Amino acid sequence: MDVSPLNISLFTAFVSTLITFFFGLIAGWLVCYMKRGKGVVDAVFSLPLVLPPTVVGFFLLIFFGKNSAFGRFLSGFGIKIVFDIKGAVIAAALVSFPIMYRTIRAAIEQVDVNLIYAARTLGLGEVEIFRKIIVPEAFPGIAAGIVLSFARAMGEFGATIMIAGNIPGKTRTMSVAVYSAMQGGNRELAYKWVLIIMSISFISIILMNAFIGIGNRKKKKL
Amino acid sequence: MKIFKKLIVILAVCVLFTSCGKKDEDKKGGEKKEITILAAASLTDVCGELKAEFEKNNPDIKLTFSFGSSGALQTQIEEGAPCDVFFSAAEKQINALKDEGLLDENSIKTLLENKIVLVVPKGNALGLKDFSEVTGSSVNMIALGDPESVPAGQYAEEVFTTLGILDDVKKKANYGSDVRTVLSWVESGDADCGVVYATDAFTTDKVEIVAYAPEGSCKRVLYPAAVIKASANKEAAQKFLDYLSGADALKLFEKYGFAAA
Repeated sequence: MDVSPLNISLFTAFVSTLITFFFGLIAGWLVCYMKRGKGVVDAVFSLPLVLPPTVVGFFLLIFFGKNSAFGRFLSGFGIKIVFDIKGAVIAAALVSFPIMYRTIRAAIEQVDVNLIYAARTLGLGEVEIFRKIIVPEAFPGIAAGIVLSFARAMGEFGATIMIAGNIPGKTRTMSVAVYSAMQGGNRELAYKWVLIIMSISFISIILMNAFIGIGNRKKKKL
Repeated sequence: MKIFKKLIVILAVCVLFTSCGKKDEDKKGGEKKEITILAAASLTDVCGELKAEFEKNNPDIKLTFSFGSSGALQTQIEEGAPCDVFFSAAEKQINALKDEGLLDENSIKTLLENKIVLVVPKGNALGLKDFSEVTGSSVNMIALGDPESVPAGQYAEEVFTTLGILDDVKKKANYGSDVRTVLSWVESGDADCGVVYATDAFTTDKVEIVAYAPEGSCKRVLYPAAVIKASANKEAAQKFLDYLSGADALKLFEKYGFAAA
């Protein structure tokens, strides 16, 4: 059995989780501080969650394809997004971003405001407060966001096949491999991949529960 | 915070490892001419074999396949995805792209035909021999694709209309959401017979083909291919297309249930 889809999926999911973690943390933090227009910004950040992934993939294809100015600009520098693993990473990151962002934002909102007020009276800057109070306090929620977003990136199919294609050994992720195997009538192979995806997702969710469990126990002690 | 730093380090290490693996793979492809073929998903398995044989005979050309539904592939070509050959599972997409001027018109060639067949569970306990026999009293359930959304279902209705037995067939029909569902109903024996493509029937040994749709009873299911106009490697692309229409390739296609068009 060709295991390349497993490597490609893991690579794509890791890189995209790294990207969504960075942007999701910043976005979640900034949105919490917003006074006006919070609802609109939140809706924009959450949009990929409600759009069908194929539509996300279609937009990405239009944006990065050779017909668009941006696509031509990139290919001028020899940067290939369409039919490339970079495309798969972008698709996975875009689709899993809302999950990361929303989970982190919710976790930050739960942080006790009095701690932040106290820190301010003691002269701590906002960035310091973020590093020393918000992130540690919201940690279980942030960890949950990472795991959920990773699992979503792992299972991403619609947008991936649209922008990155389905190239064996290059852009064929596990989810796409299931589709290909079913289409090609190779059901046994499809079931194998389904089993692998299920195991990884199952472990991810167990991990998430463990993280949330740690957080809850801490609170109960208080 | 410590756990966080560890987590980030683990992620980074994983990324490094996986990306190293990728670069090594890329290097092997080095100096070769690479052509990208967008092929219909139903061609996935046969294309693996075609690739191996073609690359053996043409060591200077590397084939890269990407598979999807013919409609999705059409969109990718329209949006300027970098590719050289389009191998479609229907004429509709090829015609649309031809009208938009995105294909090299001289290269368009109808390569294959996928026949509509009547299948029964292995052993053919009911002894069916022909499409017209499915209305017999021994048949309780006929599995068909939903004609609203499944092309194979539409072809099946055409065949039964031509034979003049559509109304009787409808009374016993059970409609699947796609042709694979139809196949699995027949495989498990839940349906007494079903109508699928020949290539579907070839994927399993749990069903038997008892009849091919009579000539002219329905539209032909054709697989055309063409070179993309924007291709940078037209010569290599045409070479591959010529290989596809040759006798060696046909032998492989026939193994998967396709017929020459």
